[in-house]
Amino acid sequence: MKHGRYPFILSFLALPVGLYAWLVILPFAQAFQISLTDWSGSSNSFEYIGFDNYANLFKDERLVLPALRHTGIILVVLPLVTIALGLFFAFMLNLGGRVRRGRIEGVRGARFHKVVYFFPQVLSVAIIGILWKQVYAPENFGGLITGALTAVGLPAPVNGFLADTRFVLAAVIGVLVWSAVGFYLVFFSSAMASIPRDLYEAAVIDGAGRGPMFFRITLPLLWDSVQTAWIYLSIVALDVFVLIYMMTPERGGPDAASEVVGGVIWKYAFNHGEQAFASALGVVLFFAALSLAVVSLRFGRRERIEF
Amino acid sequence: MATDTAPGSTAEGEASTEAPTARTPQRAPRPEGNVLNVFSHGFLWLWALMVIVPVVWIVMSSFKTTREIASDPLGLPAAPHWANYLNAWTNGNIGGYFLNTVTVLVFSVTGTMLLGAMAAYVLARYEFPGNRVVYFGFAAGMMFPVFLALFPLFKTLQNVSLLNTYTGLVIVYIAYSLPFTVFFLTAFFRTLPTGVAEAAVVDGAGHYRLFFQVMLPMAKPGLVAITIFNVIGQWNQFLLPLVLLGRNPDDAMISQGLANLALRQGYEGDSGALFAGTVLAMIPIFIAYVLFQRQIQAGLTAGAIK
Repeated sequence: MKHGRYPFILSFLALPVGLYAWLVILPFAQAFQISLTDWSGSSNSFEYIGFDNYANLFKDERLVLPALRHTGIILVVLPLVTIALGLFFAFMLNLGGRVRRGRIEGVRGARFHKVVYFFPQVLSVAIIGILWKQVYAPENFGGLITGALTAVGLPAPVNGFLADTRFVLAAVIGVLVWSAVGFYLVFFSSAMASIPRDLYEAAVIDGAGRGPMFFRITLPLLWDSVQTAWIYLSIVALDVFVLIYMMTPERGGPDAASEVVGGVIWKYAFNHGEQAFASALGVVLFFAALSLAVVSLRFGRRERIEF
Repeated sequence: MATDTAPGSTAEGEASTEAPTARTPQRAPRPEGNVLNVFSHGFLWLWALMVIVPVVWIVMSSFKTTREIASDPLGLPAAPHWANYLNAWTNGNIGGYFLNTVTVLVFSVTGTMLLGAMAAYVLARYEFPGNRVVYFGFAAGMMFPVFLALFPLFKTLQNVSLLNTYTGLVIVYIAYSLPFTVFFLTAFFRTLPTGVAEAAVVDGAGHYRLFFQVMLPMAKPGLVAITIFNVIGQWNQFLLPLVLLGRNPDDAMISQGLANLALRQGYEGDSGALFAGTVLAMIPIFIAYVLFQRQIQAGLTAGAIK
């Protein structure tokens, strides 16, 4: 068994590692390199200009600065709201039912809720985009929300929610939360299922209500999962773009009101032919993702509770 | 949920004989708890409606004429307007996009699983210099924002004339699915018992036979979960085909095809056909979801659960 070990290892690793290095690692490395040049992307001539692109990033008030601001907002709001809702729903489904003879049950219909909530997770962003674009559409295009608001006599934005600078970003974040909540509900649910029931039953005997139960038992024991969810959602938040591409006017409009970092990279790379500038912004995004993961792993760590 | 309630209800039967004393303390917080309960239950149903209503509404709209969609968004269609579906299928080419996507996925998912399992197995079960480096190299890939690589990737494929080909798309899908697949399967292969493998070695199995005939079958639950994950992930992929398969619209993947349809609807104004196309794209996903929702939920959340 000892002999032929290394040939075997090599034969199994060569293809996956080769493919990965060629199509993932190398392009990323090239992007770093491109970001230090003035390459447009179409010609073959370019020169190294150091960190000029990076300096210019923060002078671009038309696209980059709004995009950084909006991505920042999404980065805070999306994880916060999604995790809060996910925890609340998971807690309800697992422990929100009645207390019967000292035992806590989940709410009735918990299975049904789980199946329904999770469904958006399997839909492609293209479908979700088409769906919600119509939900948010102006009234004369048959929008669902505008139509319903008018039907009960409330004012609705004339051009729909997506063509209104006041609502567009919130509308997009709403859709992001809508599609993500089910995943975190299931994720937190399975983590909650591993918390021993006697802890809750002891709490019931002590007369604890649902609130203290959640904050004193569930949340501390789920801390690891919450942290994982936070990292996942942060990465999702940084990568938001396809939904904006599908839903919003001018793919980030109106008036750059829903411009995000991913979209700006896209525009500079594929519409404006400023490949180097786009790569610089991409590198910034990369380091943002990296430092987020490092920070939340370092500072989020608590003493692990064995149970 | 069913597994949770079953032991609870049997225990309840035993408990009922000695319950009266234990029952009193939980009486006190009831009234206040009821208000909270009504609110939280209401909210649960509200969210369920928020998922169901837009989906059902789009299905309903797909049977309306474009005029009905605009003038009477909340009403039922006067008569089912099947022409939308005909339009979506023939002009919108939804059937063609479907076939394209299935063709690509057959190869890309198979390739991802095979290469992913091979790499993960070696990383999980063999000690060799560089093992950790390769492992973390793969794991780090989960965090890369794909935008950064899009343009260099475009150039790379152009250089080897694989741009706008399915072969190119398949190998890119494989490469970009490897990080998570390897990360997850490595953890899975580590949990498999060593006893069986040792027995097989004693029986004279070589490295290759051990992998294909002993370890792969044992890893089946993990492989199934991660296959589902990859099928859904690659089925819904949007950016990669948008950039790497831009040339011929008829070759598009399903997500891209829908986006094209949406774009065309923008100036042709045929929203009925767009919604019909969207519903057609949703149907197989919906059926698969209803049939396999347990496995799908497990598969998609698999990586996150330790």
